[in-house]
Amino acid sequence: MTATAAPPRPSAPAAQRPRRRRSWSGGVIGALGVLGAITTAELLSRLAIVNPDYLPPATEIFADLWRLLGEADTWVALRQTVTGWAIGLAIAMAIGVVAGVVIGSVPFLRAFTASTIEFLRPIPSVALIPLVVLLFGTRPLSAITLVVYAATWQVLVQVLYGVADIDPVARDTARSYQFSAWRIARTVIWPSALPYVVTGFRLAAAVALILEITAELVIGVPGLGRSIGIAQSSGAVTETYALVILVGLLGLAVNVAARAVEKRVLHWHPSVRRSLG
Amino acid sequence: MPMKTARLADEATETATLTAETKAALDVRSVQKTYEGQGRTVEAIRELTFEVGPGQLVCIVGPSGAGKTTLLRCMAGLLELSGGEVVLDGRPVTGPPDGMAVVFQEYGRSLFPWMTVRQNIELPLKEKGLGKAARREAVDAALAAVGLLESADAHPWQLSGGMQQRVAIARAVAYEPSVLLMDEPFAAVDAQTRAELEDLVRSLWKRLGVTVIFVTHDIDEAVYLGERVLVLSNRPTVLLEDVAVDLPPERDQLSTRSAPRFGELRGHVYELVQAAKLGQRPGGDVEEP
Ligand SMILES: Nc1ncnc2c1ncn2[C@@H]1O[C@H](COP(=O)(O)OP(=O)(O)OP(=O)(O)O)[C@@H](O)[C@H]1O
Ligand SMILES: [Mg+2]
Repeated sequence: MTATAAPPRPSAPAAQRPRRRRSWSGGVIGALGVLGAITTAELLSRLAIVNPDYLPPATEIFADLWRLLGEADTWVALRQTVTGWAIGLAIAMAIGVVAGVVIGSVPFLRAFTASTIEFLRPIPSVALIPLVVLLFGTRPLSAITLVVYAATWQVLVQVLYGVADIDPVARDTARSYQFSAWRIARTVIWPSALPYVVTGFRLAAAVALILEITAELVIGVPGLGRSIGIAQSSGAVTETYALVILVGLLGLAVNVAARAVEKRVLHWHPSVRRSLG
Repeated sequence: MPMKTARLADEATETATLTAETKAALDVRSVQKTYEGQGRTVEAIRELTFEVGPGQLVCIVGPSGAGKTTLLRCMAGLLELSGGEVVLDGRPVTGPPDGMAVVFQEYGRSLFPWMTVRQNIELPLKEKGLGKAARREAVDAALAAVGLLESADAHPWQLSGGMQQRVAIARAVAYEPSVLLMDEPFAAVDAQTRAELEDLVRSLWKRLGVTVIFVTHDIDEAVYLGERVLVLSNRPTVLLEDVAVDLPPERDQLSTRSAPRFGELRGHVYELVQAAKLGQRPGGDVEEP
């Protein structure tokens, strides 16, 4: 696995930097940034620097979003999207973790699969759209298949790195106390690889959402993506933007949730832990 | 080399040797170890042969990089030998053997950071099949022995280096091994704690009758603790001298260390280690490292 660019390694989360002041000023600056972007969009449209037919004023978009949130259809679509995303992600996590641990722990399997993985991983999942349409049409299964395909690589590759990153001294310790293979997997390999698993989860969660929306938009699988397509083709420009923002907010929520999971699971990890008191 | 011929004879009459060799707990027979890396080979151990009787306490000293850790890992069945064999209780060591505990030089990395101190010590006991109550008792006793009872629920990374080292020792002690290998286990503790731990090792050794191999840089410590001190040469390593420590078995930090015989032995080992550093090999020849 040397030829291609390495995927992102587990990033050290922001925890090592001074925390309280950063989040305060960071929060304020971030909020100002959002406000600035909205104001700019508003002005671009109001001053007709950009044709308002293509970019309605931000205030109108948000008003429309508010209206959409009051409609049952929006929530149905949101639920469909989240369901497809979650099922696909869960399957990808299961496959990625199990395959990663097994392949990573057996040197022969690792060498045996390395080239295959390197070949399959760069295939963009959207290239599989014709195939899944042929197989499943516009059923949710189409989207789930794409999500699983795309997200599994993220998890698998991270888990492979994680298993390779186990401290040899920890491994020797386990061996010298004659831990069984199962106990080594549970008490040494799994916790060592966990930071990578969590990173894989975070990357996979984002990719899964992209693929879910893509499938809905392109194939017509029910969900927010299809709603966007419908709004766009019926000329409801403001609604299209509003739905896009809704999807963006969903993406934000996914990322925040993944970060929270990371912090919880890795409380002992150098990137997260703080001294007592 | 009487060992070599003995080994050839072995192969013919395997069963005969099994009974004949049970006198020594640990039998290191012409062990050789050469590390082969990508384009780099390091001959760490050229040839080492010695025996350790059951229940003996043997210290190993030698210059840094001499191959002490390598030797220990070979004895623990964690490294493949390039030649020779290690025999434990009559059985050749091919993987980590039963009833052996190792305190690694990299004590910090040998503790699992995702577990508390108690869980770290408990885990090998679980693997051994001890019940919950027995485990709790063993962990408490081991922690009390190293003076870390209050830290039972801390994570290793919340402790100082010396405390981590004591946790690693407690884990090995709680395991009640029949052979205990320790690789510079007191390197990170202060002098006072060190003296206490030395006495702890000696009392445990006496109480449990465990065979102990103790690697150290500290010549005083080697003489104070050991019944024998093996002095290793520079790399590629051979045995420079096997020094018998003929001090009385009852040892005491003050009186033993001030005894004239202790001074003589220490002086002797010191000279040997100095000579080893300068490249002295057995037989008097000096080899450039
Ligand atoms: N995994 C390895 N691969 C290649 N060479 C190694 C490896 N481990 C150790 N060596 C080499 O073998 C020699 C002996 O190393 P070893 O760690 O056994 O020394 P040591 O006596 O324990 O030293 P110290 O007292 O500093 O701990 C050194 O020259 C070292 O560079
Ligand atoms: Mg060493």
